[in-house]
Parts: sequence; structure tokens; C-alpha cells
Amino acid sequence: MKMAVTLDARGLGCPQPVLMTLGEIKKLQRGEMEVLVDTDTSKENVSRAAVSQGWEVEKILEEGEGYRIRIKKP
Amino acid sequence: MSGGNFFASRWGIISVGAAIGILGPLLQKFGNPANMGICVACFERDIAGALGLHRADVVQYLRPEIMAFVLGSFIAALVFKEFRPRVGSAPVVRFVLGVFAMIGALVFLGCPWRAILRLAAGDGNAILGVAGLTAGIWIGTLFFKGGYNLGRASKSYVSVGLLMPIIMAGLLILRLVFPQIPGQPKSDILFYSLKGPGAMFAPVALSLIIGLLIGFIAQRSRFCTMGAIRDVILFRQAHLFLGLASLLVVAFIVNIILGQFHPGFEKQPIAHTMGLWNFAGMMLAGLAFALAGGCPGRQLFLAGEGDGDSAIFVLGMIVGAGFSHNFGLASSPAGVGPHGISGVIIGLAVCLFIGLTMRKRAV
Repeated sequence: MKMAVTLDARGLGCPQPVLMTLGEIKKLQRGEMEVLVDTDTSKENVSRAAVSQGWEVEKILEEGEGYRIRIKKP
Repeated sequence: MSGGNFFASRWGIISVGAAIGILGPLLQKFGNPANMGICVACFERDIAGALGLHRADVVQYLRPEIMAFVLGSFIAALVFKEFRPRVGSAPVVRFVLGVFAMIGALVFLGCPWRAILRLAAGDGNAILGVAGLTAGIWIGTLFFKGGYNLGRASKSYVSVGLLMPIIMAGLLILRLVFPQIPGQPKSDILFYSLKGPGAMFAPVALSLIIGLLIGFIAQRSRFCTMGAIRDVILFRQAHLFLGLASLLVVAFIVNIILGQFHPGFEKQPIAHTMGLWNFAGMMLAGLAFALAGGCPGRQLFLAGEGDGDSAIFVLGMIVGAGFSHNFGLASSPAGVGPHGISGVIIGLAVCLFIGLTMRKRAV
């Protein structure tokens, strides 16, 4: 299934991946999205930020040189 | 959500802050300068002096802690498969930010790490430094909210990521091959201090072991003194802040145990009492660290895991130390240098220029 929203935070340093994720969470309120990151730091930060907003980290897939993080709030 | 990485958990970052809070004051006990068990800015400044990039004869020593920070992070990144060579996110901007971060830090006389260690040793002047640091980071968050972004880095050659660890290993070899000759200001190509903070250092092996350990755990935990404050202001997230708070509390306790706690404002070691410039110097440094995405320690750890842009920031700081002392920008215990105030004003103007002009709404 293709996600309606995919954020590409690859290559971006702190705090951009978290800023992008929180911005999108604010916009969507609830639903699903995927965030692409290319460092473990960003993976941890994005997951932590999503959880802090009451979202759930559904799945983290290794993809290429980085990760595809799927988060949702039903 | 630590993904199996203990150090990325809440207790992980708290334990890393606590470890630094113990090891910093211990390095002081074993010979490093007062309230300067660890100071990334001061130590890079001492390295610039040892290499002759400036000739302030009281601050010349090739500090092994800095090399060990990079190498410890490098080892951690290799072990946990996080070594990712990357570069290309506005490198020249990072260099300039590094230069002015150092200029600001040397007006205060310390980086955020030392600001916390000074506070934990009772130096009241550090209150203004930490306040200035917070103010500078707060200005940085305004730019982030306005769309400031240095752009993306790209994956690069392995050698790009290896260069900084190689440079640091090379410096370490120089330190071991040319140790200080008692009473001599020079050992072949390296400069040494005969008095002042540059003449005070812990045994090399101890500096190295502690530095490697801190580099390793800081890479795992993403410990960052700037990020600690930034994330609270920008996201209301206290994760990194717990590490910083733990460093302060534990260093305070260790200083009391070691008899290194001396509360007051006057006659604090390697510090001055010009409150406004303690504040403003750190404000400049905080803004530069915020715009560059990491405190000076974090930049070393990132450089160790292959981030070429952080490596350039580090080189900028070392060159900035040269300017600081050659141009009379750095402070001394007597107060600000003859051109320190101009340096801070120019630095703030440059940072504002960078923050205001490098915006991109949608990347």
C-alpha cells in the first residue's frame, strides 16, 4: 500500500527531520505517514517525536542506506 | 523507541551525562586546568596553539581528549554500523559558523560543556554564560521556525568520512612522538606552554582513555549540550536535556567530594566577571551552534561517524581560535580582549545574515 504522505528527511541534519515530522503531524492530526531518514540518530529522533505526540511507530524498514519509518494515529 | 540502543533511552542519556559529570572533574583532579576538566572550545584552542596557529604562549597543548572524542565516536560508529560518510550541506557556512562559535566561546572562556562544569564548581559567572547560550539557541529556533535550513548532505566516498579520524590520529601521533621537554616551550614542531592553562594537563594515557570512553558513549547517546536546550525550546522535548541536567548535578556532587567546589563570582579560575560579555559571547556561540545543528562536542562525534560537514565545523573552530588570539578577541581573567566586543558584534551580524537568508520552505 502506498502512503498518502511520505516525508523525505534524508540528508538533513538535526533538527530538520523532527521539525518536518511534527509539522506534518500537526497538519494531519491523525492518520498514517512515512518518514524517510538516513541516519540512526534521525530514526530515533523521529520515532521519539511521533510517540510524544501520541502517534505509534508501526514499522521501521531498512531501505537502501537508511530507514522508512511508518507512523500512525488511528 | 531506542531500537535496542540503550544509550538512546532516557536512562541512557542520563547515564552518559552522569559519566561526563564524573570524568570531567576527575580529569581536572588529575591535572587538567581548573573547571576545565573538559572544554571542547578551550581544548581546540590549545591545539591551535600547539600547532602555532596562534602564539598565545599560555594556551598551547595538543589535547588528546579532542582526538580521543573523534576516535571513540569513530569506533562506536564502526562497531554499530553507523559509520556513514556524508558531506555537502553548505560546508562553507559551517566553516564560518565554526569560526564565530569559537570567537564567542572564547569571549566567555568556555564552550557549553565548560559552562556547565564552571557552574557545577560554583563559578557564578557561568550563570550569565548559560543564560547567553540559551538566548542564542532561542534566536536559532526562531530561524528554524522561519524555514532556515542548511540543505541536504549527500552520501560520499568512504575517504570523506575517514579524513577527520585520520587527522585526529595523526595529531595524536605527533603528541606521542614529540612530548613536552621539561622547561622547553617547543618539542620539535609542537609548541608547549610553560605556564597558564596550557601547562596543566592530565597524563596522556588517562586523557586518552577517558576521551575514548566519552566519544564512544556520546556517539551512542547523541549527547548534545546545544540540542538539549534547543529541543526544549523548539519541541518541548526534554530527552537530551536530561543528559545535560545529569551532567550538571553529578559534576556538582563530584566537585564537592573532590574539594573543587568554590562558590562565588570573583577570582574564579580562567574566568572574568564582565557579565554582559559573558552573556553576549555565549549568545553568539549558542546561535552559531544552533545554526550548525550541534554543540562543539556533538560536532566532534558526528565527524567521527563520517559527517564531513561537522568535520568542517571543527576545522572552522580551530581556525577561529587562531583568529581569536591573533586579533585580540579572546578574553583573559582580566576581562574581554581589546577587540573581543567587535568580534562578538561582527559574529552576531554574520549569524543573523546566515539565519535570515538561508531559508527554504519546502526542501
